[in-house]
Amino acid sequence: MADTAIPPDTAPYAPGSGAARRPGRPPAPERPRRPRVRATAGTGRLAAILVSPTLLVLTIVVLYPTLMALDESLYGPKGLDPKTGFISNTEPFVGLKNYTDIFTQAGDRFWNAFWNTTFFTVVTVSLETLIGVAMALIMHRAFRGRAVVRASILVPWAIPTAISGLLWKWIFNADGIANVLLGHQVLWTADGFSAKIAVVIADVWKTAPFIGLLVLAGLQVIPKEVYEAARLDGASALQQFWRITLPLVKPALLVAVLFRCLDALRMFDLPYILIGAQKGSVETLSMLAQNEASNVRFGPASAYAVLLFLYVFLIALAFVRLLGADLIGGAGGTKKRKSHAVGVPRRRVREVTA
Amino acid sequence: MILTAKWRQWLPHLGIAVVVAYCLAPFYWMLVSSLRSTGDIFSTSLFPSPLSFENYRSVFSPAQGFTRALLNSLIVAGITTAMSLLLATFTAYAMARLEFRFKRLILTLIIATSMFPVVSIVVPLLKLFTDIGWINTYQSMIVPSMSFTLPLAVWNLTTFFRQMPDELEHAAMVDGCTRGQAFRKVIVPLAAPGIFTTAIITFIAAWNEFLIALSMTNKPSMQTATVAISKFSGATTYQTPFGSQMAAGVVVTIPLVVMVLLFQRRIVAGLTAGAAK
Repeated sequence: MADTAIPPDTAPYAPGSGAARRPGRPPAPERPRRPRVRATAGTGRLAAILVSPTLLVLTIVVLYPTLMALDESLYGPKGLDPKTGFISNTEPFVGLKNYTDIFTQAGDRFWNAFWNTTFFTVVTVSLETLIGVAMALIMHRAFRGRAVVRASILVPWAIPTAISGLLWKWIFNADGIANVLLGHQVLWTADGFSAKIAVVIADVWKTAPFIGLLVLAGLQVIPKEVYEAARLDGASALQQFWRITLPLVKPALLVAVLFRCLDALRMFDLPYILIGAQKGSVETLSMLAQNEASNVRFGPASAYAVLLFLYVFLIALAFVRLLGADLIGGAGGTKKRKSHAVGVPRRRVREVTA
Repeated sequence: MILTAKWRQWLPHLGIAVVVAYCLAPFYWMLVSSLRSTGDIFSTSLFPSPLSFENYRSVFSPAQGFTRALLNSLIVAGITTAMSLLLATFTAYAMARLEFRFKRLILTLIIATSMFPVVSIVVPLLKLFTDIGWINTYQSMIVPSMSFTLPLAVWNLTTFFRQMPDELEHAAMVDGCTRGQAFRKVIVPLAAPGIFTTAIITFIAAWNEFLIALSMTNKPSMQTATVAISKFSGATTYQTPFGSQMAAGVVVTIPLVVMVLLFQRRIVAGLTAGAAK
């Protein structure tokens, strides 16, 4: 309304804004970014058409199975019907029995799997973070041979986990290269604590370089000027790392750590192949649920799957609460704010790929 | 501690050498072991001598059925990738270019699904597929695989679409293109590198899948390569055929390593797109 009242020659663009009140300053330049397409009924419908196939597929392959698992976890295995004494073809409804069973004797295997999963997640992610950051710092220093380094870092990532399980099984074989290098016999792939260590080593090998890559990308965005200023102020290399590098690279690092945590919580292929199915020392929740399901005990299997899902969900929620809701980078907005806070020109982001 | 100039110059290179060795040594060991003959498979020399292709011959012998497993992997990963890309291109375009309600929520939900523990969808789907007779079919592996490839593709493509200037599309629309034409004739060709990169990353993820393929098949002829290799059997029950497993592992990994070597720049760009910002 007010816009139309202003004569066209006075304030050509921003009516009653800050620029008008401070005549000494030139009017702020027009925003360089063209405003995005407005949300109208038309774009809304177009968006709905474009987005709905994906949502439909995800509903079918993720939401529906999850609800099915919730339902299934309330049923027991087929077997003798206690009332009639006949073998029944339907699964009896047992309510929360599959869940309460984990607090009785039958829960031993569950709790073992639960602690294995937690152990692997905590140990592998911590080691991967430490080694990954160290790798990123090394790579950030050296400028020659960047392509070679990048390619070799991607190799462990690209090797299927199942294959790397076999590869490490071969390395950790009783007569394998690991024992030759160590100079004494460790039965790595037998059931026991050494089996846990074998899984940790193999997993760290596969993923530490990947964390290194993500952290490197974060390092490359830090402007050189910050370090120059710190040097002028007499900061030591260690101080520069703790006060500048780490805080600035933290967002990238935390995202990497969250992704790794969620990935480690669902670990399956590596212990399954490296050590084997139903090995108490390395059985994870995923392995337990898969094993129960393949033995047609769908009720307990679903209950374990649901509990694993809740565990993953809680960890993700804790991270999001810790980091703020915009962890995932969402639809616009977040990126701008983060780079503002750090004072980083956005263009530099792509340098890591150059 | 003061380092001499020479050390300061060489230390980074030494560090790089350590990093490269750390990443490649186990892979190299797989390669070397695959090229040994059965007789000296336990040899610890750094080079295979005499060089032997015995393991590769045994892997590709018709009795092993490994060629069929490779074909299965190609079909499952290929179709999964194609379908994910098709759906994700539309969705990512809407996410990057259109304003609509609940956009952030929808994108967050889509990305959140990729963090799902796969086992919690495999268990109920295994029961469902048993009931409808889908066990040992390609669709029983393709459909669940979409649960992680589709979010991955949407996320990657959204980042790529966002990086393209809006002006191009608008110029096309000013010149008389409809939004659909602008999308087809301007956006898709420009986004081709991004789509290609996303295809590679999605394909690698689908090709490496193990849990779904393991659960949904029990016939050897329908197993994918990753499952088939883990089930290779030796001459006797207690002997693991490491030689042929290593050879098959190399065969399964080589296409991926070649892709990584050729497109490492693009792959890194795609993988770090979300993390660096």
